Amino acid sequence: MEFSGIPLKKLRAAFFDFTSCEGCQLQILNHEKNLPDFLSLIEIVNFREISSDKRDDYEIAFIEGAVSRKDQIDRLKDIRKKAKLVVSLGTCACYGGVNAIKNNFSIESMVDEVYKENKPETIPVQKISEIISVDLEIPGCPVSKIELEYIILCLALGSVIEKKKYPVCIECKQNMNHCFIDKGSLCFGAITRAGCDSICVNGGLPCYGCRGPSASVNWMSLKNILIDKGITEEEILEKLSLFNSLNEVIKDEN
Amino acid sequence: MKIDMNINISHLARVEGHGDIHIQVKDGQLVDAKWSVVETPRFFEVMLKNKSLDMAPLIVSRICGICSISHTIASIRAIENALLITPPEKAQKLRLLALYGEILQSHSLHFFFLAMPDFYNSHSAISLMKTKGEIYEAALRIRGCANFICDIIGGRSTHPVSFCIGGIAKTPNIEEYTYLAENLSKIVADLEFAAETSLSLQMPSFERETEFVSLKGETNYQLIGGSLMSSDGVEKIENEYLAMTNEYTVDFSTSKHARLSRDSFAVGPLARFNNNYEFLHPEAKKEAEKFNLKPINYNPFNNNLVRIVECFHVLYKSIHLIEQLIEDKSKDIVSEYSVFEAEGIGAIEAPRGILYHHYQINKKGKIEKANCVIPTTQNNGNIHHDLSFLVKQELSANKNDKNITHLCEMLVRSYDPCISCSVH
Repeated sequence: MEFSGIPLKKLRAAFFDFTSCEGCQLQILNHEKNLPDFLSLIEIVNFREISSDKRDDYEIAFIEGAVSRKDQIDRLKDIRKKAKLVVSLGTCACYGGVNAIKNNFSIESMVDEVYKENKPETIPVQKISEIISVDLEIPGCPVSKIELEYIILCLALGSVIEKKKYPVCIECKQNMNHCFIDKGSLCFGAITRAGCDSICVNGGLPCYGCRGPSASVNWMSLKNILIDKGITEEEILEKLSLFNSLNEVIKDEN
Repeated sequence: MKIDMNINISHLARVEGHGDIHIQVKDGQLVDAKWSVVETPRFFEVMLKNKSLDMAPLIVSRICGICSISHTIASIRAIENALLITPPEKAQKLRLLALYGEILQSHSLHFFFLAMPDFYNSHSAISLMKTKGEIYEAALRIRGCANFICDIIGGRSTHPVSFCIGGIAKTPNIEEYTYLAENLSKIVADLEFAAETSLSLQMPSFERETEFVSLKGETNYQLIGGSLMSSDGVEKIENEYLAMTNEYTVDFSTSKHARLSRDSFAVGPLARFNNNYEFLHPEAKKEAEKFNLKPINYNPFNNNLVRIVECFHVLYKSIHLIEQLIEDKSKDIVSEYSVFEAEGIGAIEAPRGILYHHYQINKKGKIEKANCVIPTTQNNGNIHHDLSFLVKQELSANKNDKNITHLCEMLVRSYDPCISCSVH
């Protein structure tokens, strides 16, 4: 098989789900017009959500979700042993995602509140790279199918994957959205890595940074602007921690 | 024939999330049949504590990657009911249109990609695409159009961004409405073709009388808010949802179970069909007649066919609703609101059945306490009890373990369980 005259390597891929909503895996089946072409780039050998056939001879393992129970650790290590390339797919896998909000509560009180009896086992949420080495991270809640198509095409061609270094703000300006900060609202588009085409702001929601920080971030400058606009530290911190993806940018603050 | 069987299916394929089936037969007698959900709990109810109101719909959307629009709408409805907010009529219409889109998206995903391979002895839709190309071309156009509705109204099909407390953040323009209407009209033929092909699919013969719970139709096939009803005659208002769900834990599942008048009840397409048949769109009723489906129907495998019937319903309703929206020149899309200490419940029909969100809001405008009751949680007990009945029926027909395994898997799939959702 060829793409613009360049031979393609059909990759044997597996998709695995950990603690998540499985929405990132669902994106694989979306973008319907391109689906047959997309599927021709990979040989899916293990994808429980859509196939009852499963094999272990995969080269690439896509991991969706975070870790929140002990048995998942062994399962991850086993996948790492079998795969040549491990990819964290989506914000939960890359950063813990909304699941990590749970880490602000004590495990015991949390389990007691939800389960009166037959209490299940659970541990604090960890991202995939805290357990095994990860070769590539594709953040997004959910991942952008267009970005995923581009990355899989790069892998099939053996070409370099160019990650966007600039922030969502650039894409947002190109989309001519009315700036949330100008309107006096909070938005993290200035410090979040581009690649989503500012989809949230286009639809009317500020950016809460699900894709993690962009290459160079001036957090204190953005924070001062937000405070000047009358936004409280409490609100900034609550929204900054929605996806557990921007912790790194406030690390140096204290 | 005296036979022994040990069927253990770990992480059942072609369902959302992680669930296991365990069947034990000794000397031809059923010893144990279990539907065991092993998904990791995420504790969404705890995560919502002390969160700002505008964060709640965004967080709970992540309960489910397939029905995120349903969770968003139910969450917003709970907050609006608490704070006595009436969203503008146009915003209500747009939310309903997005829900139609999500039902079409979710039902077509299930029917063509998760369930259909069972009827052709195939492992997956990906391999079936090679032999049933025409069906899958139609299926992809149907799903594409369904996702397009969600994208246009919600800003994105998974984890929507345009819904807000009080209304909706943006409205489509006339070009988008027109394009949407044209595309929806085009896929009528695709859905008819898919339905025609499905007439030959043989649903396994099985019946177990149970109770069906759904929203109660008064003048239409109710999908957002209103009263709650069961086929055993229980009726409650939206705020009395706890009396309708009665959740409890079991030692073999991380998801709770629920019960009402019997050991278990069912929600979802077949429950809505049984309870609100008279309000289905005439084209959907015609389709039901072709499938020989009439209420009240006790075969859970027919959930598969009712999904197609409901696809017709939401498709025609969407086309009609877009016509209304094109005429609606109102600019009013968000209602203002103030925050006070309050409590509210939002009930809606998600693709897999009735879904409830319940929040207590403190005077600072933060969530004090939250409860979410998920369709699959309500179905778990019914799936569990169905399994025993099905295995006993098949044992008396002298079926072997391979047949029984296949049927048990199909049974669970026919409910289209959304397992991560049910554990949340």
